[in-house]
Amino acid sequence: MLRRPFFWIIALVIAVFALAPVVSGSVQLRESLLLASIYIILASNLNLMLGYAGYVNFGSIVFFGLGGYICVYLLGAPGWPLAAATLAAGVVVSVLALFFGLGILRLRGAYFALSTIGVNEAVQAFVANFAPWGGSSGLYLSSALFAPLGGPMRALWIIYFFLVGIMGLSLYLSYGIKISKFGLGLLAIGQNEDAASVLGVPTPLYKALAYSASAFLPALAGGLYFFKSAFIQPADAFDLTFSLEAIVIVMLGGQGTIAGPAIGAYFYEEMRGWLLTSDTFSNFQLVAAGALLLLIVQFLPSGLMGWVYGRWPQVRKVLE
Amino acid sequence: MTGIIASIIDGVLVGSVYGLAAMGLTLIWGVMDVVNLTHGSMIVAGMFGLYLLTEFVGLNPYAALPPVLVGGFLVGLALYWVSVHRMIGRPPLMSLLSTFSVNLVLIGIGTAVWGTVLFNVQVTLPGVSWGRYTFPGTHILAAVLTAVIALCLYLFLHRTRPGKAIRAVAGNRTAAELVGIPTTRVLSFAFGLGVALACVSGMLIATLFPFTLLSGDTYQLKSFVVTVLGGLGNPAGALMGGIALGLVEGLVTPFMPVSWTLVIEFALFVVVLIVRPGGVFTFRRS
Amino acid sequence: MTALLEIDDLSKSFGGVHAIERLSFVANEGEILGLIGPNGAGKTTLFNLINGVFPPDGGRVRFRGVDITGQAPHRVARQGLARTHQIVQPLDTMTVLQNCTVGACFGRENLPLSRAREAAREAAVFVGLEDRMETLAAQLTIVGKKRLELARALAAQSVLLMLDEVLAGLNPTEIEHMIGVIRRIRERGIAILIIEHLMQAIMSLSDRIVVLNSGQKLAEGTPAEVAGDPSVIEAYLGDPALARELHGRA
Repeated sequence: MLRRPFFWIIALVIAVFALAPVVSGSVQLRESLLLASIYIILASNLNLMLGYAGYVNFGSIVFFGLGGYICVYLLGAPGWPLAAATLAAGVVVSVLALFFGLGILRLRGAYFALSTIGVNEAVQAFVANFAPWGGSSGLYLSSALFAPLGGPMRALWIIYFFLVGIMGLSLYLSYGIKISKFGLGLLAIGQNEDAASVLGVPTPLYKALAYSASAFLPALAGGLYFFKSAFIQPADAFDLTFSLEAIVIVMLGGQGTIAGPAIGAYFYEEMRGWLLTSDTFSNFQLVAAGALLLLIVQFLPSGLMGWVYGRWPQVRKVLE
Repeated sequence: MTGIIASIIDGVLVGSVYGLAAMGLTLIWGVMDVVNLTHGSMIVAGMFGLYLLTEFVGLNPYAALPPVLVGGFLVGLALYWVSVHRMIGRPPLMSLLSTFSVNLVLIGIGTAVWGTVLFNVQVTLPGVSWGRYTFPGTHILAAVLTAVIALCLYLFLHRTRPGKAIRAVAGNRTAAELVGIPTTRVLSFAFGLGVALACVSGMLIATLFPFTLLSGDTYQLKSFVVTVLGGLGNPAGALMGGIALGLVEGLVTPFMPVSWTLVIEFALFVVVLIVRPGGVFTFRRS
Repeated sequence: MTALLEIDDLSKSFGGVHAIERLSFVANEGEILGLIGPNGAGKTTLFNLINGVFPPDGGRVRFRGVDITGQAPHRVARQGLARTHQIVQPLDTMTVLQNCTVGACFGRENLPLSRAREAAREAAVFVGLEDRMETLAAQLTIVGKKRLELARALAAQSVLLMLDEVLAGLNPTEIEHMIGVIRRIRERGIAILIIEHLMQAIMSLSDRIVVLNSGQKLAEGTPAEVAGDPSVIEAYLGDPALARELHGRA
């Protein structure tokens, strides 16, 4: 992987994300890039299911939200340190995803897609009724928790760098999987699951592994994001809008590619930013997302990267 | 005990309307292998249509049925051309995302314009008493109308040329084309019909319960559960599945808070899919 | 001759239609066993039963002595049994090489990616696709897709290859080439179970033939024995007297 140019392009992107806010000193830039990083994390990991294996996961936000809850809870009453709490969140969520995945991945196509919404709603309902986690009012974190990190200002920077790191890991994970045997099997499943099975791809196991793998990094990101907010509640943690936006981003950028989710996230965030500042359209965020998705699916199903590859085939070797 | 029986009977009445909704979904699914994720918003469209026609045009609620049916059909045709036509033959992922995106747009516009307020269409009909219990006249009439529509659908699919063409295309699209059936026209017609059924079922549901513009999701999930119970592409199975679901609801609601009903239905959905993916009420071979 | 694949009293019905009825036969190591029968005789259904696409209602399937009845397709493939489809199933957006690599990676030897690529390349060359390695599967001609289907199965290093109408849709030159490929596969010691409608081809290729009709075994034997069997002739042509007459004239 180290010999391929794309590896270094990813490294460059990570460096830019890490250094730009530091160099410019702009907190606004940092916050903007933080949001972009989260979109990229969600989209890249979603791409493992959507782009590689061809399974639409409408409820992928559940990994982010549940990871957030586990991390915030562990930081609170039990008083775990940040790194341990975040990591625990990632591990627990991906293990749960593995078991859930083995079950619901027996469903195909639309059935699976709808059941992912059900999973999100069920987890949200559970959490909203779970007293130790604050029920429907949520959990608050005392700002004293920022002390070990050197105070709130410094903590925000540290969280930012961690999230950029997770973004980088997400991109490298997508890349590593794509060029591996596991990735080849997933792509075969995405093309034609029955043919893949006949060829010997262990479809139930691979799908569950992909589902589980797609849960880990978003769970970590969720932990850090809600730690930063110092507050988590069910309605925010399990907001389907976020995962729907992730789907639009993956399709916009180009499903099945690695650069796709990143590029899609950039364009989507630009569009969203514009929409929010324009009075007429601020209520229409989801409408815009829906219209965009419709146009992409109808006219540009391989997304922006697909269009680029079509025009300039050599790009495929550099930007995967 | 009689309370439970009354609840079950009422559940069956209401369930038949769920079956009607599911018939629209399963028809489209069976004929063109497309999962119509605008189904929920079409049910809401029917509900809203009833509201508009009774509030602003002053129509008798049940007289609104024909306009809702025709309007639904036309909307269905439009939806087909906008989001489905180019997706025929492509991977299922594409039609799923396509109809889903249209749904986002519709719900988004709807809630931006009309908000998420509760709408209520007042329908007064004398009920039928049985001991301490009264079965609302609206429930009975809704079930009767459902039966009539279901019968009409059956006659249409089995006794008319367009209906048989639909069944032919559902069975084997290539063969149907070879025999000279204009498949695109048939597909668009079937889609329109499926949406019309969804709208009419919404209209009938609105005579029974209040609704918001977001109610579509609940009824869409019920439609999916029913479709799965009845087997894909099987309208008769959908009707029976609806009644079965209504029966389950009738059994469950006296004992549990309403918010749990949906969770149970969803669990039923997943269980049936894993245990009997071909459907519980199917009679055909897999 | 050691038995490689044992079909024992296999049955499958679809809602009242007996697709396969109490079928038994054996395919031996290193042989080419032809499977013929009129349309609807159940040949592809038999393949689906063997490689686990759906389970039988009754009977057993044994492969290399192991009972594989009802096992999922990917597990059957792992044991060394590969299969092609009557309606080809290329992995469209992948190249020929990638398609074959999938076969090589997940076949009997469970090769790592680098070695799988070599095996894939070799299989692609073997069937004649050497100058199409980087072509997307969707862009191949029908003969290319048929060859790819075969190459993918070959790349899996299997012990038994089940071929479902690999010659359908090919012109005479392509058919000859394909027959040559099949013969060379057998020379490597791989056993072949082949469904084919092209009588001349299958009669000349097969060591033995099993004839299926309405889900039941009608006849079994060498090509000559089967060709002369009146019940087989009747099944195909409907009238033994007429068939004998034609047979005499041929």
